[in-house]
Amino acid sequence: MSFITEEKINFECETGNYHTFCPISCVSWLYQKIEDSFFLVIGTKTCGYFLQNAMGVMIFAEPRYAMAELEEGDISAQLNDYEELKRLCLQIKKDRKPGVIFWIGTCTTEIIKMDLEGIAPKLEADIQVPIIVARANGLDYAFTQGEDTVLAAMAHRCPEKIRQSTNNNNEIIIFGSLPDSVVQQLSYELKKQDITVKGWLPSNRYTELPTIQTNDYVIGVNPFLSRTATTLMRRRKTKLIGAPFPIGPDGTRAWIEKICSVFDIRPKGLEERENEIWNVLEEYIRLIRGKSVFFMGDNLLEISLARFLTRCGMTVYEIGIPYMDKRYQSAELNLLRQTCSDMNVKMPKIVEKPDNYNQLDRIRDLQPDLVITGMAHANPLEARGINTKWSVEFTFAQIHGFTNSRDILELVTRPLRRNNKIKSITNDPNPCIENRVTS
Amino acid sequence: MKLAYWMYAGPAHIGTLRIASSFKNVHAIMHAPLGDDYFNVMKSMLEREREFTPVTASVVDRHVLARGSQEKVINNITRKDKEESPDLLVLTPTCTSSILQEDLNNFVQRASIETRSDVILADVNHYRVNELQASDRTLQQIVAFYINKSNIKVSSCIKTVKPSVNIIGVLSLGFHHQHDLVDIKRLFQDLDIEINQVIPDNASVHELHNLPKAWFNFIPYREAGLLTAQFLYDNFDMPYVDITPMGLLNISNMVNNIQSLLSRFGCHRDYTNYLKIQTHYVSQAAWFSRSIDCQNLTGKTAIVFGDATHAAAMTKILSKEMGINVLWSGTYCTYDSDWFSMQVQDLCSKVVITDDHNVIGDLIAKTEPNAIFGTQMERHIGKRLQIPCGVISSPVHIQNFPLSYKPFLGYEGTNQIADLIYNSFTLGMEDHLLDLFGGHDTTESLSSTLSSYSTVNWSPEALKELGKIPGFVRGKVKRNTEKYALKANYKTISLAVLYEAKEKANMI
Repeated sequence: MSFITEEKINFECETGNYHTFCPISCVSWLYQKIEDSFFLVIGTKTCGYFLQNAMGVMIFAEPRYAMAELEEGDISAQLNDYEELKRLCLQIKKDRKPGVIFWIGTCTTEIIKMDLEGIAPKLEADIQVPIIVARANGLDYAFTQGEDTVLAAMAHRCPEKIRQSTNNNNEIIIFGSLPDSVVQQLSYELKKQDITVKGWLPSNRYTELPTIQTNDYVIGVNPFLSRTATTLMRRRKTKLIGAPFPIGPDGTRAWIEKICSVFDIRPKGLEERENEIWNVLEEYIRLIRGKSVFFMGDNLLEISLARFLTRCGMTVYEIGIPYMDKRYQSAELNLLRQTCSDMNVKMPKIVEKPDNYNQLDRIRDLQPDLVITGMAHANPLEARGINTKWSVEFTFAQIHGFTNSRDILELVTRPLRRNNKIKSITNDPNPCIENRVTS
Repeated sequence: MKLAYWMYAGPAHIGTLRIASSFKNVHAIMHAPLGDDYFNVMKSMLEREREFTPVTASVVDRHVLARGSQEKVINNITRKDKEESPDLLVLTPTCTSSILQEDLNNFVQRASIETRSDVILADVNHYRVNELQASDRTLQQIVAFYINKSNIKVSSCIKTVKPSVNIIGVLSLGFHHQHDLVDIKRLFQDLDIEINQVIPDNASVHELHNLPKAWFNFIPYREAGLLTAQFLYDNFDMPYVDITPMGLLNISNMVNNIQSLLSRFGCHRDYTNYLKIQTHYVSQAAWFSRSIDCQNLTGKTAIVFGDATHAAAMTKILSKEMGINVLWSGTYCTYDSDWFSMQVQDLCSKVVITDDHNVIGDLIAKTEPNAIFGTQMERHIGKRLQIPCGVISSPVHIQNFPLSYKPFLGYEGTNQIADLIYNSFTLGMEDHLLDLFGGHDTTESLSSTLSSYSTVNWSPEALKELGKIPGFVRGKVKRNTEKYALKANYKTISLAVLYEAKEKANMI
């Protein structure tokens, strides 16, 4: 792992008064990904209210998740945690027959020090359903880091077989939850380079968790998976390939090249592939070239997205980010710095634990062409003539690999295209963009 | 522990925040972990709010857990005081602060020494009250705080010359509250009663000491405002009217109530004629009930579920004004069950008091009504069971924050409700007839692709991949991929071609 010289990148840390989703939101995409799972969030009405509102329509599709809503008797320890959880889990087992139950610990279970990790193995033996505990709470984590805690807990459960001598050297295990089609696409890109994806954490079913052995190579697809990476390295003794993340054609190429270099493979046709994609993206890039963007920061995808948008010719004013793991993201940071110098723009400052109030001040001063932010600020900023893109969409859209690069720009340019079309009625003080994307 | 994944009423702090954000220039500070400020998202999204929601979190993190909040909360309060100069800062506890048991009151005391704004601690306990009860309590708390602060006495309180009223309980994220308020104002104008104050909607806390100037208080919704009305009654002898003017009968009741109330003050009004004219000419609902259309609704069955206010009023409208058979009526305001049962027990066969959506879902499936009148949840239950549903109460989603004028109260409200009821039933009727006559003439949309004559084959892998694409866009992707393959002279669509098409074809 190479380490960056930090005097070149300007890191700041503010008060942490920023808006983001609670990490328990990860159940919304993980229950869909892991088909035989059931997620039990052990928390209060506050958690339930957040999930029911944030997940909107999914709620009514009978999702495989539920709240174990703590009542006063649970808080004051008048009720026995073990018995209560057993009653609930037996009911879940009866109604849904899951292959695995995840317990998502919350702020409340942290504060009352409910020993979920202690209870789970006992109860697992008792009811004969695997139980995995992940503490995805708002005291410690932000939004997408919830997935990180779940995957780190799953990493412990991956089976370990005795190594067979027929070992194909070009095998990797990829970690990070992606929609099936994106999993297919990335595997397909690697197959072209003669690299086999031995397993994927998470898989579609809990029963299909990949086998992980000592000295296996692992690589992440998302920037928020630090704990999972650490767990795989330290506890499962794997080798982590540190690479930029496959977001945007530049990131995807760098990601594949890094994997190839580990196996001493000379990448085939990657450069052409990348250029091909850039050509296709040109009609979008025309709209944002020379424009400025400001990331308020809430989902940890910010560095990768900023790097990609810089390559598209945008100027990034600020990268807000909830948490910055400089080791896990070092390759991505290096690529960002490289990209800035290639494009001849100033390296943006990276603000960890931002303060939304101060950021709004800076936005007022800088008047960026686009602010990527949470829903709490989007409408008020639009009302003040600032174009915004709701950041959560980047978490749920397909943005990985060559194939999905267009989707990122579709999202980024949408406010610009839309506001351009309705200029005649909104009197937008920021007229942007002269030509529209032709369909 | 309770197994649940959906709830009708939110946690206590939401109620407090709804009150705080309804007032003008009042800022709430939540003592909460990261991510608990979801209220800001809801307010900004559902109400399409142009202003930043005046709610900030004083974040509880690991350090707070280890050492307590110490100066953090105080610093956040004084900082907000400097930045926003609000009239009032409301420190809002959450479920987390409930169990941390920090001395928040002490923080408030200490902070208020330094701040220009007033500072209070919302007196709500997460484990004892829900969103609605908390909103009721917080409103009373703020009113009491300012009345006490101004030191007015019953003796020194001067009433307005003309009869006047305070409207109490119109709040942010309330179900059609903004539209209702317009119609309530019109109603009082017609009754020649001045409006002294509307709280908390857009009210300034520095005006609250003028509340006792009104002759009486009016509480349109049971969910928030009754405690405040009681407080003003206890301290200033102010009578209050708490009949929700939803439906013709309720409006008449309310107006007659006001008439007798005014006569006690020695002001004799006769609203009989007004009621007659409104009922017969302004509201179309009475005539609608007489019309042939409505005859067909006789004997149709419905169920009602929602908050106490709307479910009770709706039950009355359906059974007494439309002649519809209400199989059962229920509310999730379990704490208000006595009042609710008293209101509806003669109007329906069964009263249901529960906040468990599974119970309601099963009951709807069992009783098979022709239409449902409920919340967002019942709408979805209805979808699943193919029973039409009219939404009459919170919790609701964005479609129930309409741009157009849609009150539920007052005479225009009666028209809106008549439409809602009629449309719900006719939709059901239409579906039924369609089924009877073999449905719409629809053809399977995928078979009519442009390329159905073409000679493009799909490889099994690609076809499998296509199957993973969500149904509503699958047809489009299939067509576009085939078009692309034809243009590029591919005979077979393999995985590679499928991806290539996504990358290169113009699918914007």
